[in-house]
Amino acid sequence: MRFFEDIEIGQRRDIGAYNFTAESIKTFAAKFDPQRFHLDEEEGKNSLFGGLAASGWHVGSACMSLLVADGQRLAREATARGEEVAVWGPSPGFRDLRWIKPVLAGDVVSYANVVIDKRTSASRPGWGILTARTIGTNQRGEEVYSITASAFVPMRKSA
Amino acid sequence: MTLTFEDFPPGRYGTFGPRHVTRDEILAFAAEFDPQPMHLDEEAASKSMLRGLSGSGWHLCSLMMRMMADGFITRAASLGSPGVDEVRWLSPLRPGDDLTLDVDVLEARTSKSRPNLGIVKFKCTVRNAKGEALGEMTSPILIERRAGAV
Repeated sequence: MRFFEDIEIGQRRDIGAYNFTAESIKTFAAKFDPQRFHLDEEEGKNSLFGGLAASGWHVGSACMSLLVADGQRLAREATARGEEVAVWGPSPGFRDLRWIKPVLAGDVVSYANVVIDKRTSASRPGWGILTARTIGTNQRGEEVYSITASAFVPMRKSA
Repeated sequence: MTLTFEDFPPGRYGTFGPRHVTRDEILAFAAEFDPQPMHLDEEAASKSMLRGLSGSGWHLCSLMMRMMADGFITRAASLGSPGVDEVRWLSPLRPGDDLTLDVDVLEARTSKSRPNLGIVKFKCTVRNAKGEALGEMTSPILIERRAGAV
């Protein structure tokens, strides 16, 4: 993972794709969002979604899993170069999450994020707050998901 | 009886829960969706900003969804949600927490483009047993209007 100083506004990264199988959609929905159109193909077809649709929280959690995997990839690369690895902090939250189109069984959503803001934390010395816009696009090139989220990112120890 | 748009006037809608959250659930969610050390590893978590093992914020949101579903959404003529205006993660979710969810209706309006449905904007606050707010969510949900209301 990168340090606050190494991150520039406008940086864009492809962070990977998630395959929404019918089984994964139903498993997530049974635990967290047991609405009929997330649990049953027929109910999904008869709903506004037009098919078995993933819970929006599944779409967001899948994005998180790819962000973490991407960070782990960056950390391994930094370690291989002999560089110090930044351990990111938690997130204070997100805004403007849009479930733009339904994510249906069989869809593969590719996520990419762009850094849109960075500022130093007023309350936590040694930390910055990074804000990024992440967009999810399905296999037909249609945007299905977007979110603006923040995270605490450590600064390099002052030299 | 199915709940419709008319059942959600502005004001406090209700409080739901409690929902007990186990350590195993926190670890399982984190392993699948948010495998950061602060959500998986006691030692790493103790050194993190959150000072101890904490649940993923996405787990907390998913639990809020489940509490809303059990509380009223699966009984409502819900057509889903276009998104979330804002989520604030205020305090960490801890193993063993018993969560309650305060649900308020901020705004309820009918759709101009689809007169058979309304848009209800909810604000949900999830709290632990001490009453501390762990998270807040503001989100609209589309709900059908009562037959004959149009």
